[in-house]
Amino acid sequence: MMAAVAARELRDGEVVFVGIGLPNLACNLARATHAPGLVLIYESGAIGAIPERLPLSIGDPSLVTGALMVCGMADVFQCMLQNGRIEVGFLGAAQVDRWGNINTTVVGPYRHPTIRLPGSGGAAEIATHARRTLVIAKLSRRAFPESVDFVTSPGHVYRGVRRARPSLPGAGPVKVITDRAVLEPDPASGELILAALYPGVTVDDVARDIGWSLRSCERLTTVEPPTATDLRLLRERLDPGHQFLKADR
Amino acid sequence: MNGVKADPALLAAGRRRPAASKVISMHDAVAAHVRDGDTVVIEGFTHLICFAAGHEIIRQRRRDLTLCRLTPDLIYDQMIAAGCARKLVFSWAGNPGAGSLHAFRRAVERLPANGAALEIEEYSHFGMVARLSAGAARLPFWPLRDYVGTDLPAVNSRIATVTCPYTGEQLATVPALNPDVTIIHAQRADAQGNTQIWGLLGVQREAAFASHRVIVVVEELVDEQVIRADPNRTIVPGFIVAAVVVEPWGAHPSYAQGYYDRDNECYVGWEAISRDPDRIASYLETHVLGVPDRAAYLALHPGLQDRLRAATRVCAGVNYGY
Repeated sequence: MMAAVAARELRDGEVVFVGIGLPNLACNLARATHAPGLVLIYESGAIGAIPERLPLSIGDPSLVTGALMVCGMADVFQCMLQNGRIEVGFLGAAQVDRWGNINTTVVGPYRHPTIRLPGSGGAAEIATHARRTLVIAKLSRRAFPESVDFVTSPGHVYRGVRRARPSLPGAGPVKVITDRAVLEPDPASGELILAALYPGVTVDDVARDIGWSLRSCERLTTVEPPTATDLRLLRERLDPGHQFLKADR
Repeated sequence: MNGVKADPALLAAGRRRPAASKVISMHDAVAAHVRDGDTVVIEGFTHLICFAAGHEIIRQRRRDLTLCRLTPDLIYDQMIAAGCARKLVFSWAGNPGAGSLHAFRRAVERLPANGAALEIEEYSHFGMVARLSAGAARLPFWPLRDYVGTDLPAVNSRIATVTCPYTGEQLATVPALNPDVTIIHAQRADAQGNTQIWGLLGVQREAAFASHRVIVVVEELVDEQVIRADPNRTIVPGFIVAAVVVEPWGAHPSYAQGYYDRDNECYVGWEAISRDPDRIASYLETHVLGVPDRAAYLALHPGLQDRLRAATRVCAGVNYGY
């Protein structure tokens, strides 16, 4: 469901910075349905990739074969990302807070963490530069605290200050796609608010798993369920082994 | 040639005495160029990670190394578990597509109870790329538009800022990284170290130019004429290379485009092995310390060729004529 919802956020012809797992599935679903002209860029340097198998990592050799371009990582970050060429960036998150700040670094204090997570990778600069960022994270109270343990990637408000150009050229996380609802930043304050519910989910179901008092936007909508075509493509063609779909239940 | 004859005297003047080959064994390359206390980079972004070199460094029991890589991957997890590392400089420490690096996590999560603490210095990918770019250009730092609104500068004092003298904008800066030794894996090189890579390039070029000493490890040693036939594919010129090691399958379980695929079973398997210090110790004993070289390591993995050898997708080639 999250992959199908995320796929709808992509428009044909857009340049997308893709992560592995659900973001990759979402992009390839979009490419197989409404956005055949999507340009997939992976931080490993594959530009215009058309992977013929499900890539197991962000540096999979199938991203190279048949790509439009392969470049070094200095070019990816300088000439593509910092240059402003990336329209959509996709990020996963261990924690997302009230202000859209993302943590993929540590749970607990940085010097003595309870859980050491992998860290930024390219996430900090994707959230900085992509014109808009889509975040995918499963809803839980642990994952959606009032404030994250560590800000790896910038959201909308940091220590009381709104994000602004030129330091933060992109719009930041414009949608947080969860397994039960979609959150969006309130244009006035930058606070994440409830924008859409999955079918059969109530506001209370969502609010219970959010670490701050969740407000709803004025025109709360219902997320259209994935089409039969979406589901068939995801389950039979794009991820037949359910390698990544198992995280999307 | 349109009837223009080459002048024999000019040709002779351009031809030099053939230089001595730089090809040596992995054992000798590590013995000569990797020293205790060194800052070491073994690069390769998922692609072309030189496990053969990492294993030889473990075998020669190097200590107090500062290990730098964007993605520490299994190889640095193994080197951390083997006690080679004093410090890790990195930007994404996971087991790509498979889970965690548990030797790394144990060394960091248990601080300070664990006496053998691992010091860490953490950036993002762009930050690490920028550090190597500065190193390769022999500049003291590199500016980038990054880190505003993040906690990274608060935990890493080496991430600083500079005011642009032209626009007044505040930009983030990261310091140059100039390793004592960089080891890169590649598809092929000649005996002088003129090195060609295709597929994902990672930061192999920047890491090599940033380094004081460079070891190139290749799947295939080729004649200089093979390099000269396709010069756009050369990413490292021989004159910055100290040693060339010929080590087929030396990047296993990572991959070499056009030679062999990633051995994903090994990556998935590391999740369980690395969770248990005893299992890591036994892995290192059988696969690293207990074998003399890469050939013996490969003998522990029968059927690799059938399982992982790359399919053929040869490109058309281009006309370099004029």
